Amino acid sequence: MTYTQLALLGVALTVVLDLMVLRTRLLLRRTFWVAYGIVIFFQLATNGVLTGFEIVRYSGDAIIGTDSPTFLGDGRIVYAPIEDLLFGFALVVQTLIWWVWWGRRGVQYRPLAGPPVWRQRGASGAEASGGDACGGELTP
Amino acid sequence: MKQFAYFGVLLFIVVGSGWLELGLRTNVLRRWRRFVLSVAPVLMLFLLWDAYAIASEHWDFDQERTTGVTIGAGIPVEELVFFVVVPFAAVLTLEAVRSVRGWSVGDEPPGDSA
Repeated sequence: MTYTQLALLGVALTVVLDLMVLRTRLLLRRTFWVAYGIVIFFQLATNGVLTGFEIVRYSGDAIIGTDSPTFLGDGRIVYAPIEDLLFGFALVVQTLIWWVWWGRRGVQYRPLAGPPVWRQRGASGAEASGGDACGGELTP
Repeated sequence: MKQFAYFGVLLFIVVGSGWLELGLRTNVLRRWRRFVLSVAPVLMLFLLWDAYAIASEHWDFDQERTTGVTIGAGIPVEELVFFVVVPFAAVLTLEAVRSVRGWSVGDEPPGDSA
């Protein structure tokens, strides 16, 4: 199989794992998409270095584009093959799925994250301690 | 120094996301067993993918910009570190959003709002 085919398969398996197998439903949550927006920005930056300086090199036979890194176009985005976005999605989302799954099973659910250092611990009530449990749902 | 180029990128990922643990109290290191359990299946899968991709010549690595140390199947040690550091950064980012916004992630026990 080509990298393009494997990357699409990786995304499909990840979506099935989240919504049907483990039912973590991470892909339906606002929390995830905000975090993923941050992740993808830094992925483009770091992957741009790895591919732009040709630390990692791709075969034109395995990807949509050719083997020469272009900043934008020829199946590339910030020098990286667009397949890398799918690869990164599978890597990041699968990790987060397992993280949520283990937490839900009670494996080190605590200590919870936060509050940030600039907020007093215990002060400002619900805001600092987690807010509305349903706040992260995109769907009812 | 050139051979540490890939490691330089890995260091940037660790530093760029690691401050969240201190600044936003993401508490991921204190939940390291949960992280190990989460990253293990992903690490296995992606090392297999890497091995297949290298064997199939989907991608290869610049000998001058990597240390040349491999962990078997032609996989550079940098790739092994990548498949731990990137998931770590991802969990930190998710927990950082939870820290700042207080939104749920889906691991909350029923009726637990904190």
